[in-house]
Amino acid sequence: MIVERPALPVETAPESQKRRYIGKKRRAVEHRRFVLGRGKFAGDVTLPHLHHVAIVSSPHAHARILGIDVSAALALPGVLGVVTGEELCAQTKPLRQYLDMPGVDWFPLAGEIARYAGEWVVAVVATDRAIAEDAAELVEVSYEPLPAVLDPERAMANGSAPVHASHPSNVMYHRTFVWGDVDAHFAAAERTLQARYRWHRSATVPIETFAVVAAWDTGTSLLDVWASIQMPQYPEQLATALGIPLNSVRVHFDIDVGGSYGVKRGIKHSVLTAYLSRRFRVPVKFVEDRLENMRGGDMHGPDRIFEVEAAFGDDGVVRSLKIRTIDDEGAYPGRSPLQMGKPVGAIVGAYKIASVRYEVVAVVTNKAGQVAVRGFGQAPTNFVLELTMDRVAAAVGIDRLEVRRRNFIQPEDFPYTIPSGTQYDSGNYPTVLGKAERLADIDALIRWRDDARAHGRVAGIGVASCIEPGGGNSIFQALFNPKDDSTTFPEGCQVKIDRHGTVSAQIGVASSGQGHETLVSAVLGEEFGIDPDQIRVIHADSLAGLPSQSPVASRMAIVLGDASVGAARRLKAKMLDIAAYRLGIPSSDCGWDGTRVRRTDGTGETVSWMEMVRIAHVTYHKLPPGMDPGLQAQFVLEVQNSGRLPAPDGRVQMYPCQSFSAHVVAVEIDRGTGKVSFHKYALAHDCGTVINPDIVRGMVLGGIAHGIGAALYERFVYDDNGQLITQTFADYMMPTTHEVPPVEMVEHETPSPLTTMGQKGVGEGGYMSTPAAVVSALNDALAPFGTRIDHAPATPVDLLERMR
Amino acid sequence: MNDCAISLTVNGVTYERRVPPRRSLVDFLRDDLALTGTHVGCEHGICGACTVMLDGVPIRSCIVYAVQADGASITTVEGLSPDGSTLTPLQDAFVECHGLQCGFCTPGMLIAATALLRENPDPSADEIRDELGGNICRCTGYQQIVEAVQLAARTGGTR
Repeated sequence: MIVERPALPVETAPESQKRRYIGKKRRAVEHRRFVLGRGKFAGDVTLPHLHHVAIVSSPHAHARILGIDVSAALALPGVLGVVTGEELCAQTKPLRQYLDMPGVDWFPLAGEIARYAGEWVVAVVATDRAIAEDAAELVEVSYEPLPAVLDPERAMANGSAPVHASHPSNVMYHRTFVWGDVDAHFAAAERTLQARYRWHRSATVPIETFAVVAAWDTGTSLLDVWASIQMPQYPEQLATALGIPLNSVRVHFDIDVGGSYGVKRGIKHSVLTAYLSRRFRVPVKFVEDRLENMRGGDMHGPDRIFEVEAAFGDDGVVRSLKIRTIDDEGAYPGRSPLQMGKPVGAIVGAYKIASVRYEVVAVVTNKAGQVAVRGFGQAPTNFVLELTMDRVAAAVGIDRLEVRRRNFIQPEDFPYTIPSGTQYDSGNYPTVLGKAERLADIDALIRWRDDARAHGRVAGIGVASCIEPGGGNSIFQALFNPKDDSTTFPEGCQVKIDRHGTVSAQIGVASSGQGHETLVSAVLGEEFGIDPDQIRVIHADSLAGLPSQSPVASRMAIVLGDASVGAARRLKAKMLDIAAYRLGIPSSDCGWDGTRVRRTDGTGETVSWMEMVRIAHVTYHKLPPGMDPGLQAQFVLEVQNSGRLPAPDGRVQMYPCQSFSAHVVAVEIDRGTGKVSFHKYALAHDCGTVINPDIVRGMVLGGIAHGIGAALYERFVYDDNGQLITQTFADYMMPTTHEVPPVEMVEHETPSPLTTMGQKGVGEGGYMSTPAAVVSALNDALAPFGTRIDHAPATPVDLLERMR
Repeated sequence: MNDCAISLTVNGVTYERRVPPRRSLVDFLRDDLALTGTHVGCEHGICGACTVMLDGVPIRSCIVYAVQADGASITTVEGLSPDGSTLTPLQDAFVECHGLQCGFCTPGMLIAATALLRENPDPSADEIRDELGGNICRCTGYQQIVEAVQLAARTGGTR
């Protein structure tokens, strides 16, 4: 059931052909400062008497800290102080984690036990970073190495050494959901198959490391924070960990974040830096170096083993799925296990699969902690869903595209509720897939592939579809932790029209490339009928701004877009009342006409924008009696079709809007080197109403590049001693212009019925579908060798082994 | 070690400073000269975020010491546009083509693309992809960057 939200003022939505700014080419307003080198990133912030931090890290994967000698470090000129884990653990509260795990505490610095190689143990504060690093070298830590737990499946076994001694089992969460009659569907199925998949640990690795500046003011008891942050409830978690009132924390969101894609959640960095500022009474800056970031920044992404069974017919129609997921969380689960929760909202992908058994296991090991990564766990899950559809196609001998068409939820089925309880809002999957096929010219690709094979080359075609849930809520928190009953995940916007008649808006988040100033100004321009480039959008600090949950989960076009609409409409309603009073008629007898209000009762008399502004701000005697002066309005929007707890069996409305894409790729594998090159990359994409075509395209293309990295190159590899051996950009391989091909893309618009403009989310779908599409193509290429790939990344070595 | 005296020109302005010999050029630009447009990405010469022009040649300022730039002429992103506010055709093309998202790799990308267009005023898409392979961007997937460089080549390049 779609819940109506009467709070949003209802206006007849402007029809798309009447729209002046929505859906039209427009330059992002943020870009000018960036191309001039005038962006303001956290690392650029400087303050008087600013001090700097360097970190001492554990060289061991698991070790007891026996003693720390800081005397030589403290004696170095320029060093202000040194803080150990023992002190920090005593003086701060544990960082928030989302599972119910008694005895499993996470602090910015390790206390008695270091639980992974690279974990931070000591922090040094000095007048500059170089001196801090010198001093860090002088800190002597003695360790007693402990057995390291590295393999997640062994870690689950009884008798495994525990990562956290106070929680004897390394399994931190284990639940099996059953939605529908799985056993009956499997018993009745003509065919079944089983597969095991491995999604190795990688991340989106922004080029900016995490940076934070914290300044505690003893006079005002106010903590100012500038950080490269993309995280819900960041100010709240800072206040809680530090044990200070939330209104003593002021996070400045007018900071440009140098890429995030989920991972910029430096809560431990921030608590540490804020603690150091309070402790030493100086402003403190901490900018991770790349090594601190790669091995100790707790920013790795999902690391999963999947076991999948499918029940299907000879016609390739899938009736039921069993999915078992083991996620290697690293040492501190934090929020990352919830990344097995979000896929509940798209657990059957784009397909009419009647029943699902979904088993999730969160296990800790002696590796760096995980964090949210683009798609919040849906990329690995979609990877196995799509590779399983390829297996079904192979089993029944039907074309992979045709198998998908046979299983698709059909356009007339919407709104459609999947077995796990989430309602999909709208879509037209067959049409979008058809557009992808035509764009790719699939027949030409088949001829190319067959010709390549005939000449001894290794070539293949891959396909994948993808549901991209958008408009994120946080309902997986309650799903995975019965003690957590939070259902609210709001986003706010405040709009003002000032005494000069110019429009400004405040949003409560920092942006990391999504173009929120462009989004909000376009939406307000459309609502007010004024040029968006004349509208100022600022990022309020956390004390001044409205409730916000940060730009996660492909949510901002959906929730910030509609919050902006809501604020604008409240303001327009007020202005209409002002104009009606001035005309001496009821408000119902006038209406907006561009930027004026016009009588609709015959005379056509109008009240101009500036006249309404002047009445509101200057001539109180002309204002309707009892009305507040000024022109300002705010709107805090709860995520559409959200706000309800999961059912006892775990059925839940996850995100409200479902975007869709279909990818067709053709690759060739070099037989001598294992290098993969792209002959074609084409996709069709549907995220509802497009607000800014360039931004939508950029989001998709960027997600595809991340997906190519995850499919072929990027992996955090730990050796048998628990040492991270891909901790520089020379070992952790990210795609460059040489690896990312030109991509052809066509857009389709199926508006969402839940949003004011029909918009949906777009930030994550590229990353969710590309690994599946690429590995699908590798498997087609490898078919003549009688072998396949069921993991990502598929490296050149993996491919060479399979082509022997 | 004692600080060393250096003299160099950055964006047309001559600076005389004393710096520790171990200070990298990028730290010198950012911390000593407050030219924070040049960004630090990896500090080991791979990602290209810190790319600046040294005597007309793009270099990674994270693996060059400030003392090595003694006597050199440096151009950073702040110096691409003569007055610091009017966009060059290349900068304008990046804005027009949405050749950036978060803006962090952009300064290095602009310097690299400026050098590319000086060498090759009319590059093909393949040539652009070949030349920009040393600058990693995690946002865009590169395509709109390539389109921006092509547009700049049509509209006046680096002038």
